[in-house]
Amino acid sequence: MGEFKVHRVRFFNYVPVGIRCVAHNHQSNKLAVSRVDGSIEIYNLAANSFQEKFFPGHEGRSTEAVCWAKGQRLFGAGLGGDIIEYDLEQLSVKYSVDGFGGPIWSMAADPSGSYLAVGCEDGSVKLFHVTPDKIQLERTLERQKGRILSLSWHPSGTHIAAGSIDYIAVLDVNSGSTTQKMLMDKRHPGSQRRRCVVWGVAFLSDGTVVSTDSAGMVQFWDSETGTLVQTHPLASSDALSIAVAEKEDSMVVGTAEGTVFHFQLIPSRSDSKQSRWVRTKPFQHHTHDVRSVAHSPTALISGGVDAHLVIRPLMEKVEVKSYDAALRKVTFPHRRLISCAKKVQLLLFQFPQRLELWRLGDTDAAGKNEDILPLSRNAEHLLQLKKKGPENICCSCISPCGSWIAYSTASRFYLYRMNYENNSVSIKRVSKVPKFLNSTLQILFSADSTKLFVASNQGSLHAVQLSEGALKHLHTFHPQSGTLEAMPLLAVSPDGNWLAAAGMSSGVSIYDLKHLKPHCTVPAYNFPVTALAIAPDTNNLVIAHSDQQIFEFSIPQKQYTDWSRKVQKHGLHYLWLERDTPITHITFHPKRPTHILLHDTYMFCIIDKSMPLPDDKTPLFNQLSLREASENVRRRHAHAFKISKKFQPLLFMDLLDEGTLVAVERPLEDIIAQLPPPIKRKKFGT
Amino acid sequence: MAVLEEDFTLGGLVPGAGLDGLLGVEHGHKADLFLVTDRGRTVILYKVSDQKPLGCWSVKQGQTITCPAVSNFQTGEYVVVHDDKVLRIWKNEDVNLDKVFKATLSADVYKIHSIQNTEPLVLFRKGAVRRLDALLAEPQQKIEAVISDEEVIKWTKLFLDSNQPVLIFVTEKHGNYFVYVQMFNPHNLCKYTLLRGEEEPVTLSFAASVNERLVTLLCLSCNGSIYETLIPLNQSKPEEKQVLVTSLLLKTYVSGNVLKGVSLAILDKDHVAVMGTSLKAPKESISIWNIKFQTLQTSKELSQETSGQLWCYGGKLFMLHGKFLTVIPFKCEISSLAAALGKLKHIQAPGTQTVSHFVNWGTFQGDGLESQDSNNLAPLKGQSKSSLRTRRNETRSQLEDLTNREFLSGIKDASEKHLEQQLSKFLTDKRTPEFQITVGHIVTELVERCKAEPAFYPQSSLVQLIQTQVLSYSLCPDLMAVALEKRDVHLLQLCLQQFPDIPESITCACLKVFLSIGDDSLEETNVNVESVIGYINFAQDEKMGKTEVVQNGFSPVLLEENNFEDKLNKPDDTMNTTLTCPVTPQKAALLNAILHSAYSETFLLPNLKDLTVQHVILFLQYLHFLYEKCSENASMTLPGPCPPTLNQIMDWICLLLDAHFTVVVMIPEAKGILASLYKFVKAQVWVYSELNKIEGSLQQLQKLHQQRNMGLYSIEVLELI
Repeated sequence: MGEFKVHRVRFFNYVPVGIRCVAHNHQSNKLAVSRVDGSIEIYNLAANSFQEKFFPGHEGRSTEAVCWAKGQRLFGAGLGGDIIEYDLEQLSVKYSVDGFGGPIWSMAADPSGSYLAVGCEDGSVKLFHVTPDKIQLERTLERQKGRILSLSWHPSGTHIAAGSIDYIAVLDVNSGSTTQKMLMDKRHPGSQRRRCVVWGVAFLSDGTVVSTDSAGMVQFWDSETGTLVQTHPLASSDALSIAVAEKEDSMVVGTAEGTVFHFQLIPSRSDSKQSRWVRTKPFQHHTHDVRSVAHSPTALISGGVDAHLVIRPLMEKVEVKSYDAALRKVTFPHRRLISCAKKVQLLLFQFPQRLELWRLGDTDAAGKNEDILPLSRNAEHLLQLKKKGPENICCSCISPCGSWIAYSTASRFYLYRMNYENNSVSIKRVSKVPKFLNSTLQILFSADSTKLFVASNQGSLHAVQLSEGALKHLHTFHPQSGTLEAMPLLAVSPDGNWLAAAGMSSGVSIYDLKHLKPHCTVPAYNFPVTALAIAPDTNNLVIAHSDQQIFEFSIPQKQYTDWSRKVQKHGLHYLWLERDTPITHITFHPKRPTHILLHDTYMFCIIDKSMPLPDDKTPLFNQLSLREASENVRRRHAHAFKISKKFQPLLFMDLLDEGTLVAVERPLEDIIAQLPPPIKRKKFGT
Repeated sequence: MAVLEEDFTLGGLVPGAGLDGLLGVEHGHKADLFLVTDRGRTVILYKVSDQKPLGCWSVKQGQTITCPAVSNFQTGEYVVVHDDKVLRIWKNEDVNLDKVFKATLSADVYKIHSIQNTEPLVLFRKGAVRRLDALLAEPQQKIEAVISDEEVIKWTKLFLDSNQPVLIFVTEKHGNYFVYVQMFNPHNLCKYTLLRGEEEPVTLSFAASVNERLVTLLCLSCNGSIYETLIPLNQSKPEEKQVLVTSLLLKTYVSGNVLKGVSLAILDKDHVAVMGTSLKAPKESISIWNIKFQTLQTSKELSQETSGQLWCYGGKLFMLHGKFLTVIPFKCEISSLAAALGKLKHIQAPGTQTVSHFVNWGTFQGDGLESQDSNNLAPLKGQSKSSLRTRRNETRSQLEDLTNREFLSGIKDASEKHLEQQLSKFLTDKRTPEFQITVGHIVTELVERCKAEPAFYPQSSLVQLIQTQVLSYSLCPDLMAVALEKRDVHLLQLCLQQFPDIPESITCACLKVFLSIGDDSLEETNVNVESVIGYINFAQDEKMGKTEVVQNGFSPVLLEENNFEDKLNKPDDTMNTTLTCPVTPQKAALLNAILHSAYSETFLLPNLKDLTVQHVILFLQYLHFLYEKCSENASMTLPGPCPPTLNQIMDWICLLLDAHFTVVVMIPEAKGILASLYKFVKAQVWVYSELNKIEGSLQQLQKLHQQRNMGLYSIEVLELI
């Protein structure tokens, strides 16, 4: 079949940024995750938890709270003091409104979604009215003494519980006055008196306020009387976050020790109607602080400093025992952070704040499977490119010839010309960049490095001719009328005639670059596209979807290929469909037209279209057993999916030339080593 | 195989070069150039590849060249001696030898030696040696006499051994030969007497080679035999009267004829070229012999007469053939036994004494061949050791040879008793060099007589002879046939144990005899039951001859019980009796001898098919018994001295089943054994399949361990199937 020399790269020093908040939208079953650097990701839980949208971070914008309001509008607020609405179609910041209350620590939308409550540094809770295209300050509620660290609306929308330092205030929305103040117990364990920070509050419909605080307690208060009803000491360190299910029969609490506790409302006696909150299950999926939790109808969602997003389904809520019932841990972005200049063997790594350019090493040796070959030249760090301005890098690309590097932040596009002269690299910024490029979501170079394709956030695609002196605008493909959705996935055919672009919901559009007109669209599919690529010679577009389906669409014939139909008819192997990371990159073998090379985070696969498809009875991952088997057995048992799980977690894999692959791994141990030390806990026997 | 290629001539010689031959052929300055000196006045320089002369020099009329011209590799000049004393030195450009440098010496020169990288050496008639430069510095210096007056130098050669020149010359005095080895730095001359057997014929030609401080001197005698003499160079002090022993290396019989007018040249380590005429064939021939394997490699008839001289330089043989100097290129491959199974076809005259019919490899070539005759051949084996053998020893062996011959003739009519006595006497002072050969002769004679006289069967003598451990099947092929005929199982057992080369048909015949022979007749024979005492309990066996008691032992219950097996077990209870030996210990010992013998499956299988069904079953039962016994202990071996190994047992079971499978499946008695064997095989297959299953996991574990220490960057190989 094939033997490859694999450049196994582990020097991509990428550390996922810690998660600050998670917010679940019950309506669309989407999850908004904000990270410490201000970036926001949208996960579609219905589509295999695919991370379908991404907003790059910003230095001046540390998001402390995100919430959904008015259906599917997403708001964020942070220590910058601004409230920001994100445009989920154009993947940009719609606007930002100053809260005029100093840094904002907390935000919550009322149950109807038409009001936002914002907890500020100055102790005020401000109420904003969500109008169709903006938010308006409605009123400021009674000012408290300390910063408002947590907020929760009563389901009726009449009261707000606000957690501050050492106390919880219950505010009447209509009058704006404080109706109740519940003081935290200051005699909590510990030699000296410390202030007790209320990290999280939840207002239940029966008037109970549940608080989590820095003493590691979960406390139930009666908001009518202001009395403490119930106390659950969870941990010796802080209990940081709380989220309640919509039905109010279960809640989730995250602690600084990385443990997530599940609370359930359980009838105290089997016959009686009385029931009480019981701490049922602890989950230890995190090593560090769980900064934020969310409760979807079927799952507990948690995220924290260790940057893992953990989706833990609640078994009792899952009706069909499908693969959705499995725990999901999302660590790596579902975007490509790496681009590769195949000809000159350069790798461009994209970090939020910088780009790194590396040259791969070389070897003269040959070997057999599993051998590690001696290096004749080691890999080399050529360049580090720091971003300019406060905005983080959103996308980047290196041209296949290696002489152009382009990157973009939310509002600026940068293009650099590279020169290699006897081992030294010089770089020159192309200064005259057309204005329309300044809101770029994705950058792609043509295979011959003469053209640049840019997906803008208005949904249009720009084609630009590259030359030494200036850039020449060739054409702009405008989106079909009515949609403004951004197309963050691009693919260009190696012959330069076709450009395919995919948005999250509008499907894949194909443009004819020769005649500069739209060619066709691929029939819409329910699940978002995770990767796409156009095969050389045949111009077949291969599309991977988040439900792990693969389609092959013939661009010249404007229809699915026979193989694609065969795959759909035959069905994919169940183990293939149960993988929980999306395919993030597809490439092709120049000499073997039947091969499709693709990878997700935990496997690399070559699909040989000429081979029989595996059915559910044949083992999918059969490389090991085939290797032991005789030639005859091999021939009998080999199938189209040749999967290697050797490289994990795999962030990027590409074919450099016929026999060379590059695999960029990011071992979890290396990430953990760069995280701050977790809270030390005494373990038995230590 | 060595090959003599097509010969070619080097142009016509100048007149005067008659059949009395040339003075010599010597190397020129370049590889392809040769200086040919005739007995008259002329020196010619030939370029061999072009087959043409490059230069020709003559001395004046009346003068005679007495010593072959050589080139001085140091200076690029040529040196020749004419009229015994006059030295001439010239260059390529010189035309007339009269006008070149001349030096008259004070003594007669025998030969000038010149080889690459050394100063030429001048050997005088009286044995003195001088360096040419030393001589030229003072031509008239006094030359001492080294050898006595009556000694005449016959042959000489100069070698370079470990960059030291070594000059060797052979002198003759009244039919006795002496070898002088002259070494330089320190100047050291050793004299050896070349000891030769009385009957040894006149030596015709010498050749020598040197290897690791050991000179091998080969002498070709007029009867065509080549004798070898080893002269160690590392003797520090010259001793008086050292004796060198010659040993026969090769007899160059060509069609049973003796060579005449011969010449010898060493081609390489293993090959010599011999030139001469044989008595029967009038024409001369040249042949290449492999001395390691004593075989004739190639031979070529020469159409015209030669001068009886042969030179060998760099893959080419030079000779005077008719009136022309002929060059025969040759090629010698590295001698291997396969290549050495040469061209020699022995056409033996019926009446001749065929002593050499048994080739005693040990005596000819010590190296590479394991010799049983240790005390005699040790010095030869390590050739660097002293190769001196005393004369006394030599004569003694010859005396013995005589008695042996008498003894052999006695076999023909002596009685068994008498023979036995004679034999024990002969065997007591054994270990003469030809011991093996003699024993072979004796056995052959005895067997011959056994065949001739059915009543004659000297069993004890034969046993004695076999126990000398020098016999093999091929040495006396009829012996086992006779023993088989007489059903002498003791002798057969001995043969099976001793002979390494029994053909499969004979092994099978023995097996048949062993299986068919009655137990009571075995009781009387003194079969060696050593190999079975470890695992067959005699007393029990005798007592329980037919009662068949079940022993509580191992039964392989590796598999879940099979239903059909139970069914099989019911009709006959062979399964239960497996641990009782199905044969008597004597028979078992005999069968063990069979199991131990070497065989090749292809040849054994057809012979095995001849066994009768009863024999097959009996043998199978015994093998199965052995297997069960093996399985009793963890190491899967049988106790006792040299028992059959598990592999042998298994191989024989397989062979037996292969040969008789169709028959065996039909017989009810065999069912038990087959079932048991099937179970065993199934268990094995199961074990292996289980092992195969976990192999991947185990490998994975190993890989996991490897992956621990990975750096940030590596290039690895990935294969997808």
